[in-house]
Amino acid sequence: MKAAIVAIAPLVALTGLALLSPQWLVFMAMLALAKGVVVLGLLVLMRTGLVSFGQGLYFGIGAYAAALLSHHLHVADAAVMLLAGAAAAGLIAALLGLLLARYRDIFFAMLSLAFSMILYGVLVKSAALGSTDGFNLHARTFFGVALASGVERRVFLIAGAVCAVVVALLVHRLLGGHWGRLATGVRDNELRVAYLGASPYRVVYVNYLIAGAMAGLGGALAALAVGHVDPEMTYWTTSGEFVFIAILGGTQSILAPFVAASIFEALRTIASQYAPNVWQMSLGLAMLAIIMFLPAGLWTLAERRRRSV
Amino acid sequence: MSSILPIAFDGITYASWLFLISAGLTLIYGVMRILNVAHGSLYALGAYAACSLAGAWLGGGLPAAGSFAMLLLAALLVGSVAGPLIERGLLQWMYGKDEVVLVLITYALFLIMEDVIKLVWGVDSLLLPDPYALPGNFQLGGLTYPVYNVLLIALALATGLALAWALYRTRQGKLLLAVIHDRDMSMAMGINVSRVYLATFAVGATLAALGGAFTAPTIAVTPGIGVEVIVLAFAVVVIGGLGSLGGAALGALLVGLVRSATVRYWPEAELFSIYAVMAMVLIARPKGLFAAQEARKI
Amino acid sequence: MRPSLSFGLCAALAAFVFLLAVPASLAQQPLKVGIVTFLSGPAAGPFGVPARNAAELTAELLNAGTVPAPYSQKGFGGTPIELVIIDEAGGPQKQVAEYRNLVPRVDIVIGYISSGDCLAIAPVAEEQKKLTVLFDCGTPRIFEDASYKYVFRTGPTGTMDNVSVALYLVERTPNVKSIAGLNQNYAWGQDSWADFENAMKTLKPGIEVKTSQMPKLFAGQFGAEITTLLGSGAEVIHSSMWGGDLEGLVLQGAPRGLFEKHKVVLSAGEPAINRLGTRIPDGTILGARGPFGPFAPGTDLARWLKTTYQDRYHVPPNYASFKMTQAILGVKAAYEKAKGSGNEAPDQDKIIAAFENLTFEGPGGPVKMALGKGHQAIMDAAVGTTRVEGGELKIVDIARYSADKVNPPDGVKSEAWIKSGIKK
Repeated sequence: MKAAIVAIAPLVALTGLALLSPQWLVFMAMLALAKGVVVLGLLVLMRTGLVSFGQGLYFGIGAYAAALLSHHLHVADAAVMLLAGAAAAGLIAALLGLLLARYRDIFFAMLSLAFSMILYGVLVKSAALGSTDGFNLHARTFFGVALASGVERRVFLIAGAVCAVVVALLVHRLLGGHWGRLATGVRDNELRVAYLGASPYRVVYVNYLIAGAMAGLGGALAALAVGHVDPEMTYWTTSGEFVFIAILGGTQSILAPFVAASIFEALRTIASQYAPNVWQMSLGLAMLAIIMFLPAGLWTLAERRRRSV
Repeated sequence: MSSILPIAFDGITYASWLFLISAGLTLIYGVMRILNVAHGSLYALGAYAACSLAGAWLGGGLPAAGSFAMLLLAALLVGSVAGPLIERGLLQWMYGKDEVVLVLITYALFLIMEDVIKLVWGVDSLLLPDPYALPGNFQLGGLTYPVYNVLLIALALATGLALAWALYRTRQGKLLLAVIHDRDMSMAMGINVSRVYLATFAVGATLAALGGAFTAPTIAVTPGIGVEVIVLAFAVVVIGGLGSLGGAALGALLVGLVRSATVRYWPEAELFSIYAVMAMVLIARPKGLFAAQEARKI
Repeated sequence: MRPSLSFGLCAALAAFVFLLAVPASLAQQPLKVGIVTFLSGPAAGPFGVPARNAAELTAELLNAGTVPAPYSQKGFGGTPIELVIIDEAGGPQKQVAEYRNLVPRVDIVIGYISSGDCLAIAPVAEEQKKLTVLFDCGTPRIFEDASYKYVFRTGPTGTMDNVSVALYLVERTPNVKSIAGLNQNYAWGQDSWADFENAMKTLKPGIEVKTSQMPKLFAGQFGAEITTLLGSGAEVIHSSMWGGDLEGLVLQGAPRGLFEKHKVVLSAGEPAINRLGTRIPDGTILGARGPFGPFAPGTDLARWLKTTYQDRYHVPPNYASFKMTQAILGVKAAYEKAKGSGNEAPDQDKIIAAFENLTFEGPGGPVKMALGKGHQAIMDAAVGTTRVEGGELKIVDIARYSADKVNPPDGVKSEAWIKSGIKK
């Protein structure tokens, strides 16, 4: 209950942002929100001690599912697109999870990377889907209500904020309860969890499924924000970015992924606008600085402040 | 039948290149547990350094055969300067962090080095075709091949054998194996692990640069060549079993032959043939072909 | 140390928001032109940096008023122009974000080399109502699949590159019976090969396709592909490769006799001249994506660009440089037409109205905004063959094809036009 009240604050703030801020900020907030949802899913997975370097797979599936609906089936409702993105990704995750839940450590990371790169290869070869150029999508209605041009993204941002808050609350409940402690047990010592009568395989499988569906939702959100999908969304650098945002935020809080995603987007934009020739270097240096001085992620800042008060 | 020979030769050539770029990666992972993304940048650095050194050598009108020595020198220079610089200046402060965090640290390093390379050498491609053309051509199965490819295969073989000898036949190598097996126990037994790490990283960096330096004559050296190498090398190393030198060799051979056959018979699938091999190997053998057994700790 | 870091972070964020907010209110005196081109990555060397150089040179000389007629008026209609340059690297998603950040800071955007970026940017430009001129990307899908008010493209599409090399090839070797392809495995490579293959099938029904090799983009090494091509027995090999991949292909293919055993067509090969020079074997058919570089006409404007560019950067301008200058001059022409003889700066709608269906003179010759309801340029195409003479690479046997012969009529899709006979 307390969490639900706390959740209202970001919802109000984001709605305010959606209604009042300039277009570029609405867009950036939405992209950060989309990535935040993906990273939150990654945190669920990381609770079991597993890191996926292939979340781009589900990010891409979610985005393409949403875009295909608009492009080929002429369904242009944003709410349907979001649902379809999450469902399509969840479905594939339910299949691949059967296999991947048996893997641990770096092998889990690399096998998930291999799957995302196979999808990348398939998309690049699909001339009908525009190959590496991708294609555009348009969402014209939301729950059946037609959207005036120019306000779509403001509406999407509010929708995205509602999605994110709901998902975050669910994750908070899940990880705060019995399941979360079980997942931590799997991370710390799988054998003991098995001896106690629980199935580590099942824990990993379910968490993988959740992470996949959330990445799909994030992908659909990103597709709505950008208005364009392309295979780069499934490339390993995209997956790597999610892992980076997760580490940047730290794993202690449900809010951390969203804060970290916003800071990541801002950092990248500052770097490429004010140092167009060395933006990669600026980004790399900022990453190193954060890892070095804030070893538990940006969340350490908030924690320190709380302690010092 | 007539196409088997060219496919095998192309596959082995590609495998030699893959082995050169992945041997250092697997060594560093085996000893230090760092999946080094910056390996690709060290490869690129080796290629650029080779262009500069061999280019200067040839530009000075010195005998062309000496350019091969320059390629070697470039690799050694990069390995002995950039390697220790990175290990002492950055990585040594990071040991003990989570494996994933270490991957991200080397990723940040990779981003920085991409721009450093751009600032030093610019964005225009560099060409160093003379060493490639110098040894001439030979015929195989009715087709023309450069002798340079044979040199590349020989270099990979020599590198592999030298590494194996150093690891299993020398005192230093045995110390290294001890650290790979159990880091804490080795420290307790008085092995200077810090020095072992430094040496390992320098050798790994030299290997990456060696791959780059000897690839430089065959390609146009452009920004971004390092990115292409990273995931390929990762795939090879994972297929072979992380930390295993023999695994890297076998993984390289497997990927090389599969790729060359795919190009011949099913060119549409070239893009993901390597990842398909990786997925299949991991499904059949979850820890790669040659994985070290680990004790179960309860 | 620690508190100062958190403070620094907040300060950086605040500064960021501040800096983005300020230019919008100060956007007064000079006209601000956003330039988006690759400053890093593999496309920076062959395209991005030559285009940026051309943009800086053109802007400076326009402001100085030293560009030949009809562009001798200073800046745009007397108003100086100022460039804001950003990097195109990072993929469409990042580019959409950067574009949205750029829009409040500039009056006009000129840019984009990658077709994926162009496709993603066009609808955003429409939404943002910002005049955006695409200068290089090749895919015809932009104006064939949609129509835009605020988006223009002053460079021709990739269609005419491959139609013109196919025409050239069939004129020179009428008995050609088989072709093969070696193209990078991404949209540009796939589209180029499809256009070439279809054009050859239309021009020479029954032609045999021996193999279509599609190595990964930026693979750099093509040993196995070259082996397959050498064994394929194809008479002609088509490649739309560019940059490091193209240079690698020439370096690896030439010693193995690829260029002697086959007629090799490099449909976008021109930028490699500056890098490879005489290493490009004799008899290679070369395109420049339009009448650019060595194919440029003998006009004052072409000479001006060639000499000023060569003087400053010590290399000749390649097609990316030509197309960037062409885009800036196109906007200038539209701006000045909209301004007329009045003193007031024209608003954006007037510039757009003037730009539609405009014909203007570029350094590569006349540019007609003829397709996509007056938003997409067509130009003459030119193709030539390489020959080394006196230690220098020359382009000989140049053939020119008039713009309407190698481009579809307005409203017809390129693919359908090629398949249905390459006719007006």
